Amino acid sequence: MCRRLTTISRRFLLVAAIVSFQTAHAEYGINFPPPAADVAQEIYDIHMLTMQIATFLLLIVFSFVIYSLYFHRKSRGYPADQNFHNTWFGNWSWVMVPALVLGIDLTIASNADTVLKKVWEVPKGEKLMDVKVTGHQWWWEFDYLDYGIKVESRYIPEEKSGDLYLREVDNRLVLPTGTKIRFLHTSADVLHAFWVPELAFKKDAIPGYVTETWSELNREGVFRGQCAELCGTWHSRMPLVVESVPPEKFDAWVKQQQAIKVAAAEEASSSKAWSKNELITKGKELYETKCGACHQASGMGLPPAFPALNGSAIVNGPVADHLKIVINGKSGTAMQAWGSLNDLEIAAIVTYERNAWDNKSGDVVQPTDVKQAR
Amino acid sequence: MSYTTAINDDAHHHHNPTGWRRWLFSTNHKDIGTLYLLFALSMLFMGGASAMLIRAELFQPGIQLLDPDLYNNLVTNHALLMIFGAVMPAAAGLANWMIPLMIGAPDMALPRMNNLSFWILPAAGTMLILSFVVPFFPGGGSQINTGWTLYPPLSVQVGMSMDFLIFAIHLLGISSVLASINIIVTLLNMRAPGMTLMKMPMFCWTWLVTAFLLILVVPVLAGGVTMLLFDRHFGTSFFDAAGGGDPVLFQHLFWFFGHPEVYVLLLPSIGVLSHVIPTFSRKPLFGYKSMVGAMIAVATIGMVVWAHHQYTIGMSLGAVSYFMIGTIIISIPVGLMIFNFIATMWRGAMTFETPMLFAVAIIMMFTFGGLSGVMLAVVPADMQYHDSMFVVAHFHYVLMPGAVFGLFAGVFYWLPKWTGHMYDEKLAKIFFWVNVIGFNLTFFPQHFLGLAGMPRRIIDYNVMFTEFNVVSSIGAMIFGFSHLLLLYIVIKTIRGGEKATAQVWEGAKGLEWEVPSPPPFHTWETPPSIKQEQQ
Amino acid sequence: MSSTDQHTTYFIPDPSPWPIIGMVSLLVTLFGAVLAMNGVVVGKFIVFGGLLLFAYLLFGWFRDVISENLSDKYNAQVDRSFRMGMFWFIASEVFFFLAFFGALFYIRNIALPWLGGEGYLGATKEILYNQFESAWPSHGPGQLGGEFIPMGAWGIPAINTFLLLSSGATITWAHWGLKQDNQKTLVRGLMATIALGLLFVAFQAYEYIHAYEALNLTLQSGVYGSTFYMLTGFHGFHVTMGAIMLMAILGRSMKGHFSAHNHFAFEAVAWYWHFVDVVWLGLFIFVYWF
Ligand code: HEA
Ligand code: HEA
Ligand code: HEC
Ligand code: CUA
Ligand SMILES: [Cu+2]
Repeated sequence: MCRRLTTISRRFLLVAAIVSFQTAHAEYGINFPPPAADVAQEIYDIHMLTMQIATFLLLIVFSFVIYSLYFHRKSRGYPADQNFHNTWFGNWSWVMVPALVLGIDLTIASNADTVLKKVWEVPKGEKLMDVKVTGHQWWWEFDYLDYGIKVESRYIPEEKSGDLYLREVDNRLVLPTGTKIRFLHTSADVLHAFWVPELAFKKDAIPGYVTETWSELNREGVFRGQCAELCGTWHSRMPLVVESVPPEKFDAWVKQQQAIKVAAAEEASSSKAWSKNELITKGKELYETKCGACHQASGMGLPPAFPALNGSAIVNGPVADHLKIVINGKSGTAMQAWGSLNDLEIAAIVTYERNAWDNKSGDVVQPTDVKQAR
Repeated sequence: MSYTTAINDDAHHHHNPTGWRRWLFSTNHKDIGTLYLLFALSMLFMGGASAMLIRAELFQPGIQLLDPDLYNNLVTNHALLMIFGAVMPAAAGLANWMIPLMIGAPDMALPRMNNLSFWILPAAGTMLILSFVVPFFPGGGSQINTGWTLYPPLSVQVGMSMDFLIFAIHLLGISSVLASINIIVTLLNMRAPGMTLMKMPMFCWTWLVTAFLLILVVPVLAGGVTMLLFDRHFGTSFFDAAGGGDPVLFQHLFWFFGHPEVYVLLLPSIGVLSHVIPTFSRKPLFGYKSMVGAMIAVATIGMVVWAHHQYTIGMSLGAVSYFMIGTIIISIPVGLMIFNFIATMWRGAMTFETPMLFAVAIIMMFTFGGLSGVMLAVVPADMQYHDSMFVVAHFHYVLMPGAVFGLFAGVFYWLPKWTGHMYDEKLAKIFFWVNVIGFNLTFFPQHFLGLAGMPRRIIDYNVMFTEFNVVSSIGAMIFGFSHLLLLYIVIKTIRGGEKATAQVWEGAKGLEWEVPSPPPFHTWETPPSIKQEQQ
Repeated sequence: MSSTDQHTTYFIPDPSPWPIIGMVSLLVTLFGAVLAMNGVVVGKFIVFGGLLLFAYLLFGWFRDVISENLSDKYNAQVDRSFRMGMFWFIASEVFFFLAFFGALFYIRNIALPWLGGEGYLGATKEILYNQFESAWPSHGPGQLGGEFIPMGAWGIPAINTFLLLSSGATITWAHWGLKQDNQKTLVRGLMATIALGLLFVAFQAYEYIHAYEALNLTLQSGVYGSTFYMLTGFHGFHVTMGAIMLMAILGRSMKGHFSAHNHFAFEAVAWYWHFVDVVWLGLFIFVYWF
């Protein structure tokens, strides 16, 4: 029995060693990554300060304990001092110790308060660039309010992202350096939290409310973080990637995005009748990025949380009901309202769903049908 | 007085109950204490088994064993089983066993209600386990994937298992409120003549304060989950912005309970240490009065700093500054307690039996966890730490040493008294070392993970976090299996072993050591008179 | 009846089946409630069974306590334990209500102003709601539950305040009678208290019906509806429980169970009644008036 156990444990250790060697080349951190903004630098400094104070205090406590453990032992013949608590020290320590601790506490608190004043409130009376960050189950939406651009950002599956799995997204949050930015956090469904360690700090996204943070990037680079508030099934798959670029490059990027947006709007509003195949190809891609997290590419969903669309009564029933749930969602569940998609996109997705997997309704839903259903 | 008079008194009681009635219908504090302890032990193993599954899943990046909802379901259950199922009942078990013995009372003040507060626990445990398994049955809805904090709106999305959980919390609340009422009344009304409050053993003091905390904060949690229930089923909008409510309101209600709750977990163990350390240092507790004062201060300040769990929700500068300073100030009374413990050891004549080993380990490791708590309290820095593995490391460093190890120390300290047998000291020391090393191996690396950017409550992580997770998971397996040794030691002691004297430990003082080991079914039926200066 | 000099030792009750029955009844009731809330029909019947068992438990447990008391098993110490126990139980109830008052306070003074563009999260209005003005009463930016008329303070609520305050006086009158060993005053005082309590509940029921039918004020009317019905509802539930307890006490008074120096049960119920009274004053001021 005992021998069996040791062999098993030896094998276990071996496996562990192999695993850790294989991945030993991956970068791993033991502290905050280097800050990329002045506010983040302030936070980094206060973190280091409190950590040093804590380490120092820990050493003091440890040394007293260890000294006592070594010298005040019965086996060394040390006689217990029955009157220690009645000495002047015993009588006054209840004042001295709190006074000392209060001193250290105030040191920590006053330093922290200074930092807090610098980082907490969004600077007033200045023009900041507004970025609205909306958390969704399970992707991020960035609205550049000053430029009328919208970016949807989703994780990339492991096959495509490799070592950056869960640290890389399809569309990054592109931001200019040297510009004060105000982030407006909100959520479309449940709580999420915006966290990119290099930027500044974490802030919760609360449905129905808007919270603010601000930052000013001081170097270029790619900074990675992720959603930090439990938001349901795929909480682990909400990476956030900030790409910090010089202002000129940012302007160029903005122009490019605006052009894409105009083109998409034109395509959607053209009164062209789309063929079934066109819609299905468009719809498949859209479905897999937008709906796949819950209903799965296979259409089988993840019951009981997320129903299968393959064989679903709604998907195989009247088109009107199908459009209704997609456009309005279902409150109190993770199925959000997808009304912000344009007519063409909804038409494509719905057509795809009605003809994919085992669903063989043969229906073709045109953007005009969607317009009517809204 | 000598104990024989009390034993002669016992002649009146011919009806010592036997068989299953003895346990089910019990009004005896010792039997109920035993029931509490056994219940806690079984919950420890269930909560521990879920922790093992969590760590096994996190052993490597990728999703191997569990699916995401199951993972979060386990995390939720792990936390609730450990806190409400293991630690609180174990502490209540110690209270039931020891408080009447320590204050020279024949039993708790309200013995029948005592039985009720215990037996509600298995009902609550059943509801808790139902909430975990119901989704695996057809029509059972989705799993609880919210973590133990149950924040809406996520908790509104969950299926019927959440309703089971809400009612389980109601039951747990009823149980602890009833137990607390009983403890308060016992301590205020049943002390032997001559035992003034300031002569009361420290363990009794810690429980008095704990019981007050529970009575004041548990009903607020009950109110909060009741609102959640109504938001889920009856269309109210306490936590829905569309109707003018606020999801954050739930967080305030939860943490108004949740933060004092951590001191509920901590204080009984501080009480145990206040007996263990003097006994094995052979010298009275240093600073009895300041200990009492510190405890009351912890409880009072602890009631008004709850929002340090919610720095990131968007509070005004004034509010966060207040909560930060309040939280940091708690280090004063807690620091005083730690100081008193060290000063008790100082110039003592120490020996290192297992309870003392745990006590020393607690002083060192709890201080470590407490100091990382002070780091968390610093608002700007918590903007980075919050909801990362750093927080997980902090609270296991305070919960394991601060609560669980304290209970282990108490169990080893009083086991000879309860069973009449000495435990196997050699095995117990092995248990101690494996346990403490395993613990540090598990949770120390998590600090680095958190600082480097790994959030908590995620099933899957990037390869950059692999190394420390591997170490942590291996540590957890060692740590987890070491508890089987604990189980073995306890069973072995119950079944036999070297006979224990009434005194058991050379340096032990107090009424509980004047009754024989094991104590007869009824003790102190006539009160002892207290002459000697306690402590 | 009992006094310390007769008892040199403590009182310890015999083993009792009631706690276990209590546990089973709670488990059955709550299990049924979960099923019922999730649309399983048998749930209702299970709840009903559980409640029956619970009633049986209360009946049996208190019967035991009463008979122990009558057979003179209790001493002054037990009496003190009971009193303290009741006191701390009421304290825990106070904190239960505090959760709901806290919610009301938070929503009115912190959350709604944010939604309306004031205070720290004022950006909310600018970004999410252009139209919303925060004022109390409110059903939120989503206007949940449709237009409604809030409940005024000076109709039924004022009458109810008067009723409860008088009932506080009548129960004190009964207590005063009891202390004089005046059975008649005791019984009359209790009857008056019960009558006032029941009248209160009846008025409140009428108020609810009126609110639903004439004012369109429902549980779904945003936070105003939520806080209004939860606070007044839980209070009404407590009044009902208190009235039932008073009836039990009335029965016992008629049987002559109480004497001038042994009437813990009476006092416990009287405390409870005063507590319900005080909560109502809080409700009247913060829910109806301001
Ligand atoms: C037994 C349980 C326990 C105990 C005792 C504590 C004790 C403390 N905790 Fe901890 N905490 C938890 C359990 C506990 N905590 C849990 C479970 C969570 C997470 C919940 C969740 O989110 O799921 C948590 C989370 C948590 C947070 C929120 C983090 C976040 O989510 O962002 C914070 C922030 O302030 C915090 C702070 C503190 C502080 C300041 C103390 C203090 O009481 C510590 C005081 C002790 C000392 C300071 C050491 C001894 C003192 C000295 C040696 C004197 C000298 C010291 C100084 C001068 C500083 N804790
Ligand atoms: C008193 C409370 C308590 C205790 C004792 C523990 C004990 C342990 N906890 Fe836990 N934990 C919490 C309270 C506690 N925890 C809380 C409140 C949370 C937050 C939940 C949330 O986010 O909502 C948490 C979360 C938490 C996480 C984070 C999950 C996440 O955020 O993703 C992890 C991960 O490592 C963890 C691990 C452990 C381990 C390894 C132990 C070990 O100490 C366990 C030791 C094991 C045993 C005591 C049992 C022994 C069992 C056996 C020997 C049986 C053998 C069986 C097998 C191996 C299958 N805990
Ligand atoms: C965050 C998870 C999530 C995403 C993303 C999501 N859904 Fe859903 N969906 C759900 C849930 C949960 C339900 C079940 C709602 C209920 O309880 O009725 C649902 C239900 C549906 C239904 C009704 C199915 C039935 O049989 O009841 C349809 C159709 C549907 N979704 C289409 C879509 C489309 C189209 C998209 C993408 C544009 C999408 N969903 C994206 C979670 C999601
Ligand atoms: Cu979004 Cu976690
Ligand atoms: Cu806390």
